Amino acid sequence: MRVQESYPVDVDAIRADFPILQRKVGGDISTPGEHDDDDTPLVYLDNAATSHTPEQVVDAIVDYYHGYNSNVHRGIHHLSQEASVAYENAHDRVAEFIGASGGREEVVFTKNTTESMNLVAYAWGLDELGPGDSVVMTEMEHHASLVTWQQIAKKTGAEVRYIRVDDDGRLDMEHAKELIDDSTKMVSVVHVSNTLGTVNPVSELADMAHEVGAYAFVDGAQSVPTRPVDVEDIDADFFAFSGHKMCGPTGIGALYGKRDILEEMQPYLYGGEMIRSVTYEDSTWEDLPWKFEAGTPPIAQGVGFAAAVDYLDDIGMENVQAHEELLAEYAYDRLGEFDDIEMYGPPGDDRGGLVAFNLDSVHAHDLSSILNEQGVAIRAGDHCTQPLHDKLGVAASTRASFYIYNTREEVDKLVDAIDTARELFA
Amino acid sequence: MGIGSDMYRQQIMDHYKNPRNHGRLESPTFTHTGENPSCGDTITMDVQLADDGETIERVAFSGDGCAISQASASMLTQRLPGTTLSELAEMDTDDITEMLGVDISPMRIKCAVLARQVAQDGAKIHDGEIEIEQTKTEGDDD
Repeated sequence: MRVQESYPVDVDAIRADFPILQRKVGGDISTPGEHDDDDTPLVYLDNAATSHTPEQVVDAIVDYYHGYNSNVHRGIHHLSQEASVAYENAHDRVAEFIGASGGREEVVFTKNTTESMNLVAYAWGLDELGPGDSVVMTEMEHHASLVTWQQIAKKTGAEVRYIRVDDDGRLDMEHAKELIDDSTKMVSVVHVSNTLGTVNPVSELADMAHEVGAYAFVDGAQSVPTRPVDVEDIDADFFAFSGHKMCGPTGIGALYGKRDILEEMQPYLYGGEMIRSVTYEDSTWEDLPWKFEAGTPPIAQGVGFAAAVDYLDDIGMENVQAHEELLAEYAYDRLGEFDDIEMYGPPGDDRGGLVAFNLDSVHAHDLSSILNEQGVAIRAGDHCTQPLHDKLGVAASTRASFYIYNTREEVDKLVDAIDTARELFA
Repeated sequence: MGIGSDMYRQQIMDHYKNPRNHGRLESPTFTHTGENPSCGDTITMDVQLADDGETIERVAFSGDGCAISQASASMLTQRLPGTTLSELAEMDTDDITEMLGVDISPMRIKCAVLARQVAQDGAKIHDGEIEIEQTKTEGDDD
């Protein structure tokens, strides 16, 4: 039986689209791009941090720079018009991918999930929040939303509340019911935890928010790349995600917002591109989404973002999810064979495609250094969920995260590399 | 590559598993604590000076964290006795990597230099040059 027949996606064909997966590592890192002295095959298991970029996406960006690079919305000349059409269509394409029926008017391109979060926090939060109001988050929130709302709350006098995470790494929904009350103006929750792998009931949380007249903001940084997402099914008022975790380039992310809410919000950044008319005394704003995209936008990245969405749709997001779940369960089972490995979050058959863990008596940073020496790229640290790690009682953890090109054999290599660390520290 | 490791050579592992001068001094001239907040490495250094008030006589460390931070502290407790406070103040990152005898990857440098930083800050506080509660190394790993 051929290997790819045992996967929900054609792993061999997909791997051929990602030249970086063929490279070796281990040489001098002070000369990026020169790989002469690298000798260790790469096993890339850090996809929750960033995914790799297939040739189809790189080609789309190259085509843009070779063929129609120009500034958008300014020139009447041919190149500018082509660039504008491509950049605008990219918004529609990304909107379609997440089920936003309003198209481009409901999708603002940002730098990343963090900026999407800050956009709403500044453009909506500063105006609408005040003493007596509350923002409800979860204990498993990424710093992108946790720190942002925490600081906006400090500025406005609002209160932040955190829905408890239980011992299995799931949200305590009874606690959520207690916390979400008439004071709540925003419920900002992570869809798939980047540390626990928990898939949260965001639709239910959005309903709870709406019952008290609050908005629901879903952090989809780990969900949009890994599963079918329909923002209208969830009934999210805002939804944020990044391009670089889903085969797209860095430097671009998106904020989905319901059209009527975005229309009422004031701009977050001022400047060129976002204005309709300007006098020395006052200015008026462009239509959605451009009023939130001040300055020359990430045009090449927008084109690449749309190409990434095309790439994933060709594979099929149901298949992507099935592959993620297969590898997560396999990794959970393999790592679970060892008594000296502690894993965090729900069981293997009920999680997103990542596993965070600690090897007893080996610090996460030592473990990741030793894995790195064997070519295995994982992440060690607090994964931008420092308060959650405090709650788990560990300073750091090691996280393996999977994507469409990973295989069971790579999980086996991770397990073997951990064994090397175990021997070294024995 | 088997059990061999570039960064975790025998000397590092030996100091990590069998730390030298681990514990507390009975009557240190000064003591100071520091941490890498993002890693969770913590180190307390006790330093006892000779009667001249300048020469380091004994050093002990306690704390916990990764092998690099703890081995570095252990080796420093052997290196420092006999040197002066001004020599301690001049120790830089190169001196530490030389002492460790291995190439430390850029992301791990702050682990390697924590003990030195703690000793240096402790000495500065002792001399009245600075006033801080605790040493915290810069940088986040995420």
